[in-house]
Amino acid sequence: MTPFLVLIRRDLALSLRQAADALVAVMFAVLVVVLFAFGVGPEANVLSRISAGVVWVAALLAAMLSLDRLFQADHDDGSLEQLALGPLPLWSVALAKATAHWLVTGVPLIVAAPVLALMLAMPPDGLATLLAAMILGTPCFSLLGAIGAALVLGARRGGVLVAFLVLPLAIPVLIFGTAATEAALTGLEAAPHLMLLGACLLATLALAPAAAAAALRQAVG
Amino acid sequence: MMKEFLEMGGYAAFVWPAYGATLFVLALLIVDSVRRLKRGQDELARLEGSEE
Amino acid sequence: MTGSLHRFANPARFQRLARAVLPWCAGGAAVAFALGLYLALVASPPDYQQGDTVRIMYVHVPAAWMALGGYTTMALASAVALIWRHRLGDLIAQSAAPIGAGFTIIALVTGMLWGQPMWGTFWVWDARLTSVLVLLFLYLGYIALVHAFDDPERGARAGAILALVGWINVPIVKFSVDWWNTLHQPASISRFAKPAIHPSILTPLLVMAAAFMLLFATLLLLRVRAAIVEHRLRTLAMARARG
Repeated sequence: MTPFLVLIRRDLALSLRQAADALVAVMFAVLVVVLFAFGVGPEANVLSRISAGVVWVAALLAAMLSLDRLFQADHDDGSLEQLALGPLPLWSVALAKATAHWLVTGVPLIVAAPVLALMLAMPPDGLATLLAAMILGTPCFSLLGAIGAALVLGARRGGVLVAFLVLPLAIPVLIFGTAATEAALTGLEAAPHLMLLGACLLATLALAPAAAAAALRQAVG
Repeated sequence: MMKEFLEMGGYAAFVWPAYGATLFVLALLIVDSVRRLKRGQDELARLEGSEE
Repeated sequence: MTGSLHRFANPARFQRLARAVLPWCAGGAAVAFALGLYLALVASPPDYQQGDTVRIMYVHVPAAWMALGGYTTMALASAVALIWRHRLGDLIAQSAAPIGAGFTIIALVTGMLWGQPMWGTFWVWDARLTSVLVLLFLYLGYIALVHAFDDPERGARAGAILALVGWINVPIVKFSVDWWNTLHQPASISRFAKPAIHPSILTPLLVMAAAFMLLFATLLLLRVRAAIVEHRLRTLAMARARG
C-alpha cells in the first residue's frame, strides 16, 4: 500500500468517523434546492428552466463547507510538519487530501444530484449528462478547494475566507457544467461542454496540487 | 455654449456621473497614498530622531 | 524569518530611484490628464451612433486596461517575491492591489453608466463587464487574504501564491464567460458597439490611457515607498521590543 493510499485511507477513516461530513454536504445541497423552490415558487416550468444552474450552485456551495478543515487538524497538531518531512512530497499530500475530500463530499453530491434535479422538475433526459458533468466537475471543486484551504492555514476566519478565494476560481467549471446539462435538456450537443469540463479537470489536476503544496510549505514555514 | 456643453447631447446624467466617479476614486487613491507615505515618514523621522 | 534590513538591500536603492522618478510620473500624469480630459470632453466630436455617451468610453476603456495591468503587475511582483525571495516583490504586489481594485471599480461604474443609455439597464451580463466583475473579486480575495494574518510576511507569501493562481485563471475565466455569454446572448442586444476607431475617437482614448498609466505608476511608487517605510518602522519597533 503506497504511502499515498495510506494517507487517503487515514483521511477517509478520520472523516468517515465523523460521517456527518458527507451528510452535511448533501443535506446543505438539498436545503439550498428547497430554498430555491420556496423562493422561486413551485411552478414546474420555471423550476425546470433553472434546475441545472441551481443544482450546480448548490453542489459548489456544499463543497465549500468542509474545506477549511482540510488541513486544519494536521496543521494544529503538528502532523503537517511530519507529513512535510515524510516520504510523500507535499503536492501528493495535497492531492491525497483533495481526493479524500472528494470521496467524502463530492461523491455523495454526485449521488444526490439526480434527486436534486428531479426535485426541481428537470426533465429526465438531462440526468445522464448532469451525472457525467458532476463526475468531471466535483473533483475540480475539491482540488481548487485544497489550494484555498492551504492558503488560509493560520488565517483569521479561514472558513469564510476559503470560499471567498475559491468561488471565483470555480466559475469556469460552474459555467461548463451547467452548459453541458442545459445543452442535453434542450436537445443540443452536450459533448463540447463536457470536453471543456474535462480539460478543466485535467488542468486543475496538474496545477492545483503544486499550488497547494507551495501554500502548505509557507504554512509549515 | 456652456449650456450645450453641460447637457452633453442630453446624456449629461450619464457622462458627468461617469467622470465624477472616476475622479472621485482616483482622488481617494491619491490622497490615501500620499497621506500613508507622509504619516510613515513623519513617524520614522520622529523615531530615528529620538534614537540618535 | 523577520525581514531584517540587510536582506532587503535594494529598497534603499529603490527609494532613491523612486524619489527620482516620482515627480516625472506625477507631472506626466497631470499633463496627460489635463490634455486627455480636454480632448475627451471638449475637443472630440460626439459619436454618430452613441452621441455624447461615447465620452464615457474614454474613462471606461483605460480603466479596464489598468485593472488588468494592475493584476498582471501583482502577479509578476508576486512571482519575483516567491522565486527570488525578494520582500520588495511582495511590497510592490501589495501596493498594486488597492490601485488595481480602484481602477476595476471605475471600469465597472463607468461600464454601467455607459450601459444605461445604450441598453436601457445599468447592469447587463455582457461578457466584458462580467469578466471585470470577476477580476474585482480576485482583487478583493487577494487583499482579504493578505490582511488575514497577524504576521504580515506570512500574509504576503500566501497572497503571492493566490495572485499567481488567480493570474493563471484570468484568461480561463475570460474564455468561459465569453462562452457562457454567447450561449445565453440573443445576438442582437449586446453588440457592445465597438465604435469604428476613428482618429478623432482614438486620440482622446490613447491620451487618457497614457494618463491612467502614468497615474498608476505614480500611485504605485508612492505606496511602495510608504510600504518600505512602514516595514522599517515595524523592524524598529521589533528591535526596540527586543532591545
